[in-house]
Amino acid sequence: MLTIGVDIGSVGTKAVLFDGDIVDRHLESTGWNPSEAGHRAMESLLKRNSLSPGRIDRVVSTGYGRKSFAEVDKAVTEITCHARGAHFMDPEIRTVLDIGGQDSKVILLDDQGRVLDFMMNDKCAAGTGRFLQVMATLLEYSIEEFGAVDPDGEMQKISSMCTVFAESEVVSHLAKGVSKDAVALGLLESVAVRASSMLGRLGIKPVVGFTGGVSRCPSLVSLLEGQLSCDVRTYGDSHYAGALGSALIASEL
Amino acid sequence: MKRVSRIDELLADVEAHLKDGVLQVKEASEKGRPIVGTYCTFAPWELITAAGAIPATLCARGEDPITAAEEHLPRNLCPLIKSSYGYALTDKCPYFHFCDMVIAESTCDGKKKMYELMSRMKPLHLMMLPQTAEGDGSRSAWRAELDRLKDGLERAFDVSINDGAISERISLRNRERLALKSLWELSRLDPPAITGREQFLISEYCEFHFHKEDLVPWLENLVSQIREAYDLGERRVCKDAPRILITGCPLGGAQKVIHAIEDAGAVVVCYENCGGVKELGFLVDEDRPPMEALTDKYLNVGCSVMTPNTSRMDNLKKLIENYSVDGVVEVVLQACHTYAVETYEVRELVRSTGRPYMSVETDYSKSDIGQLSTRIGAFLEML
Ligand code: SF4
Ligand code: SF4
Repeated sequence: MLTIGVDIGSVGTKAVLFDGDIVDRHLESTGWNPSEAGHRAMESLLKRNSLSPGRIDRVVSTGYGRKSFAEVDKAVTEITCHARGAHFMDPEIRTVLDIGGQDSKVILLDDQGRVLDFMMNDKCAAGTGRFLQVMATLLEYSIEEFGAVDPDGEMQKISSMCTVFAESEVVSHLAKGVSKDAVALGLLESVAVRASSMLGRLGIKPVVGFTGGVSRCPSLVSLLEGQLSCDVRTYGDSHYAGALGSALIASEL
Repeated sequence: MKRVSRIDELLADVEAHLKDGVLQVKEASEKGRPIVGTYCTFAPWELITAAGAIPATLCARGEDPITAAEEHLPRNLCPLIKSSYGYALTDKCPYFHFCDMVIAESTCDGKKKMYELMSRMKPLHLMMLPQTAEGDGSRSAWRAELDRLKDGLERAFDVSINDGAISERISLRNRERLALKSLWELSRLDPPAITGREQFLISEYCEFHFHKEDLVPWLENLVSQIREAYDLGERRVCKDAPRILITGCPLGGAQKVIHAIEDAGAVVVCYENCGGVKELGFLVDEDRPPMEALTDKYLNVGCSVMTPNTSRMDNLKKLIENYSVDGVVEVVLQACHTYAVETYEVRELVRSTGRPYMSVETDYSKSDIGQLSTRIGAFLEML
């Protein structure tokens, strides 16, 4: 059976072609029209793999744009899809931390990849990918540079979680001559603290798997490990956990 | 042509008359009947009506007047308080407009301090609520507050309230409570006879219908007609829709939570909130001296401002069983500390019954509708 999972996030749209394993994956930016982004992502997958739409048995969508995308068999929330995707990538995961563009979430799983409990961040952008993106731009770092600062280096604590206030705090530290790396480390730490308090509230069970765009930031991973005093696993396909989960659910419908 | 369903017809009628309360209050007021605004479930309906007055729940469900309220009140206050105050301040609530007196209770801190400001606009009688329902001290204090309210009403409206009148009102209100109970019990059926939205609509209609003598037989009749249609096979809820109980803060302005739950394919079968079973689910003992019976009844409202709040927990547990609930969603209005803290205990209680629990914090705005639908959708996918 051939299925496609489409995860229409606020920033990126991810799609996975699945036949019991990942056949191919595709990422593009969501832009202003989520349903169109869903289309484009699916078409790219079909084209690249020389498939006609009729070859696909089922499509499941997820993500904030899941309901705007009509040609699907089912729309499933990103919580359930992430859980399934993460479980597929690593069956040992019992806790998923997913930090995406606009949301962060923590999900507890059972040994089948089913959701036992979850928690999402509130409305504001604190601690999300968006927060880091704004700060990287401010520091004139690429996301890669930002994510690669030495976690054992000197750190300037950032006291504000709010994107707007943190921004002015950063500016004032830089003006006082604090090094960019120290500020970057402080910002990463504030994200790690926030994530670990969310994990703490839900209660972590090992193994902890870290997914979503921000998981590709190695220095944050090691700061998180410090906060939680346990291993935090990341995965090459982290970004696609939601789309993978939807493709998997599609294959079971 | 598809026949219009019987229950649809009945509900369309309710919907068409939803705003009748405003007219009833206006007419009554023009005829010289005193109107008394109330804000909270602790306000003893029976005493107010025994004084010949019409008690009107003051609206606190709209988002619009919040901006105006924030000129006087802090922003990080519960939306219910801001909305209530905002309606009063901008004179946008017809019920507030017509009321001759407001009854307030010293419940949560935000409310009681707001009432101080509100007392500049209308004569306001504050009932001092004890912190606990336990012990003789609290009971006699609350009993004295009922007496003080009675005096206040007598003086304000130049009437005298006798026990006979109170007893009569108790029995009328008890009949309304029983009729409401039979409405709620329609949701004990499997599948429920009506949706949670519909249940809420009918309860709202009853809340804002001020001629209870007419309302009670009407409601009894409505329930039996719905039941009849159901017995004839009419179904409006899917057999395998998960059954959800909602608990927490009053839902007035946060009905989007009900919609999110039902749009995701579940059905709300029970509301353990003010306006739902929290007060109206419990009768006043008609065999006891009326003021005594009222004292006990209202002191035991399971509100989170009481410490400990044993009666809420006991009741929740029963409701979860009686309504064969599959999951519990608690609604906490932003900045409501008492309910927010109590979520910990509610979570433990619900989990001890082996059912999933989720709390959502929200306000009266539309800004979190997308996130709500994801959260609630994921919760239902867990069931
Ligand atoms: S929740 Fe408590 S304070 Fe609020 S209306 Fe109900 S009884 Fe009153
Ligand atoms: S919802 Fe909470 S904060 Fe708001 S009025 Fe009721 S008890 Fe007070």
